[in-house]
Amino acid sequence: MKLDRNWEERIKKIESGGAPKYHEANEAKGKLFVRKRLALLFDKGEWREDGKFANGETEGLPADGVVTAIGKVEGKTVCVMANDSTVKAGSWGAKTVEKIIRIQETAEKLKVPLFYLVDSAGARITDQIEMFPGRRGAGRIFYNQVKLSGMIPQICLLFGPSAAGGAYIPAFCDVVMMVDGNASMYLGSPRMAEMVIGEKVSLEEMGGAKMHCSISGCGDILVKSEEEAIREAQKYISYFPSNFKEKTEVKEPAAPKQMDKALADLIPENQNAPFDMYEFINGIIDEDSFFEIKALFAKELITGFARINGKAVGIVANQPKQKGGVLFHDSADKAARFITLCDAYHIPLLFLADVPGFMIGTRVEKAGIIRHGAKMISAMSEAAVPKISVVVRKAYGAGLYAMAGPAFEPDCCIALPSAQIAVMGPEAAVNAVYANKIQSLPEEERSAFIQEKRKEYQENIDIYRLASELIVDNIVPADELRDELVDRFEMYESKDQIFSTRKHPVYPV
Amino acid sequence: MKEIKTTMAGNVWKIQVAQGEEVTPGQEVVILESMKMEIPISSEVEGVVEEILIEEGTFVNEEDVLFKLKDK
Repeated sequence: MKLDRNWEERIKKIESGGAPKYHEANEAKGKLFVRKRLALLFDKGEWREDGKFANGETEGLPADGVVTAIGKVEGKTVCVMANDSTVKAGSWGAKTVEKIIRIQETAEKLKVPLFYLVDSAGARITDQIEMFPGRRGAGRIFYNQVKLSGMIPQICLLFGPSAAGGAYIPAFCDVVMMVDGNASMYLGSPRMAEMVIGEKVSLEEMGGAKMHCSISGCGDILVKSEEEAIREAQKYISYFPSNFKEKTEVKEPAAPKQMDKALADLIPENQNAPFDMYEFINGIIDEDSFFEIKALFAKELITGFARINGKAVGIVANQPKQKGGVLFHDSADKAARFITLCDAYHIPLLFLADVPGFMIGTRVEKAGIIRHGAKMISAMSEAAVPKISVVVRKAYGAGLYAMAGPAFEPDCCIALPSAQIAVMGPEAAVNAVYANKIQSLPEEERSAFIQEKRKEYQENIDIYRLASELIVDNIVPADELRDELVDRFEMYESKDQIFSTRKHPVYPV
Repeated sequence: MKEIKTTMAGNVWKIQVAQGEEVTPGQEVVILESMKMEIPISSEVEGVVEEILIEEGTFVNEEDVLFKLKDK
């Protein structure tokens, strides 16, 4: 017997994963082998692995279906857990769960980001007593995720299913990338849905990547391939520090993208006409630095990371081109989550407001728009990072509040000369205040009366008047906004604020 | 049967396609007036307008069907 006791052979066997037919099945779906995924994710394709020999004595369970690794991504040390769907469909046995818990513990000790590369059928029922209910059963994975949230970045790349309990892994991560056509999340499979509740539905419709990235909001970034998911994850992590105690690394500054029009010309004269906020964002950030979160979900609000003069910022912007930029329950949720994410990792916030207010009507009241709106206002209030509020065009009603209006202690509230701040717009206000008067006037006099009152109203809310009342801190032309932001973000860097002393708030949910 | 639905409640201000007209994904088909704003509604699908279920000035609620389309 050789002294190394067939080390090389054993390693080779473990590294080859499950049976060839499962590799072939994955390949047919455009899925990469778990070790190939790791090779793409890690710098130079190198990593160190723990628990490689897990269940190595049992035939057909190499590494017990999960690779747990530590290595560098974009120069930063990170921990990774990655399911191997060629081994029992990536299901969780007792050792699988133990390995996942251990890599979480490692990430916590080292205070480094943790990636979850998910492709798993869920619990291995045959192992349930060992892996499901106990102290170090699967429940501990979620408990740990909750504990790690806000301490270290947790990133989920969903390559295949994440079923039943496993679907909570993405739910507790900061961000979820989903591969279109392969990734899915669901508590009960379509087969189970048909058996238990009688619903006939396809997997794609019930829990597919597109659905989750556009309707449920459980997915953040929809990608076409696994390679793209990995590239996006590498890009994402570049906006973050390794943990809550550190700050994001500054990159080489870049000028904004060359625009066809001046920034000021983007904004239509008619306050009620739509324009594209993406173009406005491009005009003030470093070229090609925008990394959007939830692009397909609640499009009336844009959330994403960008760099301004090389420094990472989180942008929350109304999109007048979608639903008039009105805030809905979903957009409020989207904002609340994004703001919390930025605040946890010291990423300064930039609010770009052009908002007619929160949506009204039966539909949204039934959907609980008030409590969802409260989440956004709560998250924005609590955010203690440098916070700049820019009123690009209008900020009406609670829309002003939600977009970090003056009462919510932004470090400054800047208005463009085109800005209008009011409880409501002139049309609505004149109707509300003078409804009876208008009715009592002879028909031929009404129009002139309304015009006159609107004009008075406009004058009353004139932005220079609001600035003279110290409501806004400065008025800045659109084309000078970037320079203003560069300077201010730099000067606000030393901000060190504790919002409130207590155990924690009673979160509006 | 393909349909174009509204994503938001509001009054139909302008209908921008006619019966028998081809529409492509991303094309603006209706402008609503809601929350004192002009709200363009775009088609997500491709097809030919077979039936127009709304009139200018009528109220539509979120998810109401505006047009029925047939294949080109």
